[in-house]
Formats: sequence, structure tokens, C-alpha cells
Amino acid sequence: MDAFWIILTGTLVALCCGLLGTFLVLRQMAMVGDAISHAVLPGIVVAYLLAESRDSLPMLVGAATVGVLATILIEWLHRVGRMQTDASIGLSYTTLFAIGIILISLFTRQVDLDQDCVLYGEIAYVPLDLWIPADGLSLGPRPVWILGGALLLILSFIGIGYKGLQLTTFDPSYAATLGVSTVFWHYALMSTVSLATVVSFESVGAILVVAFLIVPPATAYLLTDRLPAMLGLTALFGFLSAVLGYGMAVATNGSVAGAMAVAGGIWFVLALGIRFFKKKIISIIRT
Amino acid sequence: MKTLLEFLSLSDPNVRLVVLGTTLLGAGAGLVGVFTLLRKRALLGDAVAHSILPGVCLAFLVSQSKTPYILLIGAVVAGWLSLLSIDFLVRRTKLKADTVIGLVLSVFFGLGIWLLTSIQQSGAASQSGLDKFLFGKAASITSQDVELFAWVTLALGLVLFFFYKGFKLLAFDGDFARAIGMPVRLLEFLLSTVTVLSIAVGIQAVGVVLMASLLIAPAAAARFWTDRLSVMLVLAGAMGVLAAWAGAFVSYTAPSMPTGPWIVLALAFLTGISMLWAPKRGVLGRRLRQWRYTRKIAQENLLKTLFQLEELDGGEGARYSRVAILQHRELETAQLSVALRALKRRGWIEESDGLWRMSPAGREQARQVVRRHRLWELYLHQRLNLPADHVHAGAEAMEHLLTPELENALQKDLGFPVQDPHHSPIP
Repeated sequence: MDAFWIILTGTLVALCCGLLGTFLVLRQMAMVGDAISHAVLPGIVVAYLLAESRDSLPMLVGAATVGVLATILIEWLHRVGRMQTDASIGLSYTTLFAIGIILISLFTRQVDLDQDCVLYGEIAYVPLDLWIPADGLSLGPRPVWILGGALLLILSFIGIGYKGLQLTTFDPSYAATLGVSTVFWHYALMSTVSLATVVSFESVGAILVVAFLIVPPATAYLLTDRLPAMLGLTALFGFLSAVLGYGMAVATNGSVAGAMAVAGGIWFVLALGIRFFKKKIISIIRT
Repeated sequence: MKTLLEFLSLSDPNVRLVVLGTTLLGAGAGLVGVFTLLRKRALLGDAVAHSILPGVCLAFLVSQSKTPYILLIGAVVAGWLSLLSIDFLVRRTKLKADTVIGLVLSVFFGLGIWLLTSIQQSGAASQSGLDKFLFGKAASITSQDVELFAWVTLALGLVLFFFYKGFKLLAFDGDFARAIGMPVRLLEFLLSTVTVLSIAVGIQAVGVVLMASLLIAPAAAARFWTDRLSVMLVLAGAMGVLAAWAGAFVSYTAPSMPTGPWIVLALAFLTGISMLWAPKRGVLGRRLRQWRYTRKIAQENLLKTLFQLEELDGGEGARYSRVAILQHRELETAQLSVALRALKRRGWIEESDGLWRMSPAGREQARQVVRRHRLWELYLHQRLNLPADHVHAGAEAMEHLLTPELENALQKDLGFPVQDPHHSPIP
């Protein structure tokens, strides 16, 4: 049963992050996703301190706001400060992350977070974190419910905003002539990514968030050029990474989050092989 | 103050080690960071920092020792592998650089975490003692570490010194370097190696996640102050050192505070200051120049307006009210008041009973502006064959920009004309 819950959690994170990551990869903003996933740390710590509970809605929203702030900071450093984009990304998230770590060491007693869990999470403990309402009946692990809710939100965001996201991703200037606001969709996407990051952060840590944001979409992108197919393949590879990663972690008694990231890498290498192999076959047939 | 002096005296041997160690790391990373920044590869450093972890773990697994030199070899090999994979994927697939960097970074790091936890068979990295690679443990730097840092920084300094010319060319124009037959591949190899080396040692001070800052921030801050590579290197190195001292000082006064994040905050502070205050490229400097320029334009426009009004009435020394000025030329009232006051202070206009007129000195200034305007109109009309009714807008901008030298050249080129295309006299 534990295996089921852990794989389910992994898959939910993979779907939440991967589907949004598809758009990040296509918009060449993968590293902004990386930055957001680190930058939300101070938001999470402050929200913990203020809300004194782990998963209240205000806390999630508050922490996600910091992620959006990070993207604004990145833009600001680039536009107003005239800093190179890569430098502004690197500076913004390290500074915010450093603030987060300092806050954690300041309020160790009040905050139920430690540095290790920040980086690679505690997905293995998900099955223990049960949601038991007043009537005493266990409803399964709490993170699964939260992630499930987030996934519904993300799915409806992509469903409702599909046209806008697609247009602003592939042809921003055409979108502008149609009156579709690139700025609106940019920040809508960034807010959703922040939310996904915050929700996933606690159960899997920053690293797996980055891995699931980037690796499955990159794998899917190797195999297709069409957005719907890419979203579908991303979901598939996310699920496969969660399954394979869990197997690897159990076999070696290692970190589940780390193993899931590696599993994502393995599927990527396989897809890369298929890609190169396919080219070879075609060239053999033609000659 | 007393603690600061105590700290600076370095009488505490432990403090001495920490300060010496972080100083070496800060200086090294600052120097190397200049080149990664200029080559637009700042985030590669982030990827390398994360990718080093599995190398360290494997080195530990194979050798079963925590000797810094052995771990360093593993780190460098893994760092190199990550650079090669990034290079390969960017060149051979349709994936963009940012995606590839994020991909390699997270998979390598995941591998590192996975290895680290399976080594310990415990699911927690902290017990292995290797977690100082994750978050940096500047406070626990040993004399053996410092010795290693010193060697690495020395090697780095020597490489930079001997290949300075080549690296400079590589940083600013790689294609040109290749074209004139520079050993670009060798230079790139050397540069990557020193980068990986400095990252591998640097993460012991600030940890994997924050390493990007140690690499990027000093260079980015230095970039605001100078356009010269040599100055930039000195500044970046100095800022790296300064931030290292600040971080070490904070954790000296408050031992529960982690050094790495404070180094990063100090760097962010230095970068922020540089971004705001650097005279040429800083935000405030640029704003100030912009503001001065708009002010100058407003004043010149006002003088020109008075001059034109005098021309219309045909009398020098006539007085005009604000309303009359505004009727002739649209100006914002606030801007008009500021410009009037500024011109009065310079003695170029005089006021009595709410009426304004130019002083002789002011008239001379105004004449120059009008002359530049009409000369440029004539130039556009005669030399570029623009119709007479199309030349005004261009002249509105150029009248504020033409230098006396250009003005003379125009005069000569146009044969010292007396009339502009609209038959107004050129004063």
C-alpha cells in the first residue's frame, strides 16, 4: 500500500510540474522554472511562521506569491538593471534561497523544516502523513489530496487557457495582433508554476520539482513537435519516471526523490537513443 | 565594534582557517566567474555545481576515504562529464540550452542524492558527513582543506595569468579567436577545467545551490563599474573576498548562522549597490544623465521659443508672458516653470511683473540652438533631398545634439548659407 501512495504522489507531482514544464521548455524558460522552485523557500518559511499550520490555503498562496515575485525580480534586474538574463536568474534565486535558509536557521524551533528536506524532500514518509478528519476515518495521505487538488486546478488552467498559452508560446507577435496579452499569460503561467512548486516542495523537495518540470517535457519534445502529443507524452514519462524511480529506490534503499529524477534521466536517454536510432534506420532504408 | 576587531585580528585559529579558506574560495570563484559571465554561460556554473555531487559520492564509494584530494578528483570528473553532456545535447538535439542545463543539473543531482542515500542505506544524507557538499560547511574548514584551496586558487591564478590574452579574446569574440588560429579548443578546455575546479572547492563554502551566486554575483557587480577586463577581474576578486569576510564575520558573531547564505546575501548587497550607484552603467547614474538631458532639452526649447517670438515681433528685448510662450509652443506647465527658473538662475532670461525676456547672453544661446536647427533642416533638404515640409522633426532632435565641430562642418559643406528651406534666416 505504501508503494501505491508513494508512486501516486510521485505521479501527481510529475503531472503538476510536467504539464506546466512543457510550456516552460517551449518558451525557453526552463531555468526560470528552476529559479522559481528554489525561490519559493523564504515564502514557505514565512508562511509557516505566520500560519503555524502546514497546508492552509493562505499559506500556499502566500508562498506561491514569492515565486511570482522572483520572476518579477528577474525581469527587473534584466530590464532596469541591464543585467544579462542568465546572471539575473542566478542572482535572484540564490539570494531568495539564501534568505530562506537563514530564516530556517533563525526559527529552527518554530519551523518544522530542515535543510535536507528542502532539497530532496520526504516523499518516503508520505504514507505516514494521513488525513484523518473528525470522524476518525482515514482518507489516505494528506499530500495526495493536496496534490490532487492542485492537479485539478492546473488541468483546468491549461484547459481554459489552452489557446492563449499556445498562441503566446509559439507566436507572441501574432498573439499580440489578435489582442491576446502575452504579459497576462506569462504571469498566469508563472503563478501556476509557483503554486505547483509550493505544493510539491514539501513532499518531494526542490530537486525533484526541477527534474519533473524539465526532464519529462524535454523527453517528450525529443519525440514530437505537436503540443497535445507533447503534453500526453510528458504525462506518460512523468508516470514512468515515478514507477521506475520508486523501484530503483526500493532496490537500493536510497532516496526516492533522487531515484525518480534519475529515472527521468534514464527515459530521456532512451528517447534520445530512439531518436538517433530512427534517423539511422531511415538513412539505411533510403540508401 | 570589539567583536569586529577581534574578528579582524584573526587571533582565533579557527576563525583564521575559516577566513583564509573562504577568502581563497571567494577570490577564485570571483575571477573565474568573470569569464563564465562574459561568455554568457553563467548558469552553466549552476549545472556544474549540482553535477559534482555524484562524482564526490562515487569517489567516496571507491576510495572509502574522505580525503579532500580524492573527492576533488571525483568532483572534477563529474563536473566535466556534465559540461560534455550539456555541450553534446545542445549541439545534437533540438533542445535549447536552458532546457539542457536544467535537465543535466537535475538528473546529475538526483543521481548524487540517490547514491549518497544508498551509500548510507539510511535515506538521509546528513549522516554521511558528505552533506557539507550540499549546504557548505565553512565553519568546519580544516587546515587540510585550506591547503587544497590554496593550491587550486594558485593553479587558477597561474592559468589565468599565462593565458590571459587568449581568454580575453575567447570571452569577447570566440569566432575571431578561431579565425586567427588561436588554440580555441585548448583554451576552452583550460577555462572549463579551472571553472570546474573552483566550483568543486567553492561548494564547500556555500553549498551546491548557492554556488551559482559565488560565481555570478562578483562578476555581475564588477561589470557595472568597468568595461575593462583587467579591472573587472580585480574588482570581482575583491568583491568575492569581501563577501567571504562578511559571511565569516556573521557566523563568527552568531555561531548558529550558516556562513554560505550570508556570503550570498553580502554578494547580493554588493551587486545591488553596484547596480544602483556605479557611475556609468548604474541605474541612478543613467537616470541622472537622462534627467539632465531632458532638462537641457526643455531649456533649449524654451530659449528657442523666446527667440522665435522675438523674430515674429521683430524686436529684441520684448517681454512675453507664460501664456504667450505656451501659445507659441506646447510645453507642460510644470516643465515650463522649472525651465524658466533654471534659465533665470543662469542669467539667460529676466523676469519683471510676470513677463519674461532674454538677456544678451541668453539670446546668444538661443541663437545657437536656432542656427543648429535651421542648418540641419537645410542639410536634410539639400543633401538628402528631403522635401522642405519633412525636415522639421529631424531638426527638433538634432538641434540638441550637434556639436560645434559638426556645426562648422555643416556650415562649410552648405557654403555658409543664410536661409533655411522655409526661408527663415539662419542666425
